[in-house]
Amino acid sequence: MPYSPLLVKPMREELTSAGVEELRTAEDVERWMEARKGLSMLVINSVCGCAAGAARPGVRMALEDDEAPESVATVFAGQDVEATAEARSRFSDIPPSSPSIALFRDQELVYFVPRHRIETKDAEGVAVDLRQAFERFRAEPAAS
Amino acid sequence: MGTFHRDKGDLHGITVVVETEGPELYVGRCDEVTDEGVILLDADVHREDGEGPDREEYLDRASRFGVWGKIRRLVVARDRVSSIRPLGDL
Repeated sequence: MPYSPLLVKPMREELTSAGVEELRTAEDVERWMEARKGLSMLVINSVCGCAAGAARPGVRMALEDDEAPESVATVFAGQDVEATAEARSRFSDIPPSSPSIALFRDQELVYFVPRHRIETKDAEGVAVDLRQAFERFRAEPAAS
Repeated sequence: MGTFHRDKGDLHGITVVVETEGPELYVGRCDEVTDEGVILLDADVHREDGEGPDREEYLDRASRFGVWGKIRRLVVARDRVSSIRPLGDL
C-alpha cells in the first residue's frame, strides 16, 4: 500500500532537487525511454532505509561527476506503481528490487545496481560504483 | 546500511547467501537469525543436482542481478547452516 504523499515528498525531492526527472506515469516512462540518447540513468526510488542512507545521497554525489549521464530519471516503487512496472518491463529478465539503478547507453541496458549492492554500502560507496560505471561506459564503444 | 530495526540484528534487511552442509544454498532477505535458524524473506533456493546452472554460475548471476523471490518466508534450520554472508559482499 502506498505511503502518505506527505511522507514520501522529501524522498522524491531529494532526487528532483538534484535535477533528476520524476516519471509518475507509465506514459512518462515510455516518453523518457524513447527520447533518451547516449548515457542515461534510471533510479528506482523506495522508502526503505538503504534508499535514504545510501542510494539517494549516492546518486546525488555521482551526478556531480563530469561523466554523469545527460538524462537521469526516477520512478518511485510502491508509490507510482504503473510507472515502476513500465520501467521494469524494459529489463524484465532482472529480478525486481528497490532501490536499484539502471544505466542505459542509447536503448541498451549496460549496467544495473540491484538493491543488494546498495544495502551494504554507504552513500560514497554507491557514488564510487556509479562513477566507475559512467567512466567505463563512456569509454567503451557501443555494441553495433 | 540495512534497515532501522536494530533489535533484529545486523543482518536484518540485508540480502544474504546461506550455505548449508547439503546441496542447497539459499539467497534471500534476512529477517532475523534466531536459535531456530535463519529466517529469510523473498528467498530463492539453488540445489546442486546436475540440472540448471551450477553453484558458481548461480551465485555469479545472483551477485550481479539478484534473485527472484520465489519463497515468501522460510527458515533454514540452524544446524544446517554452514555460513551466512551478504550477497553484496560476493
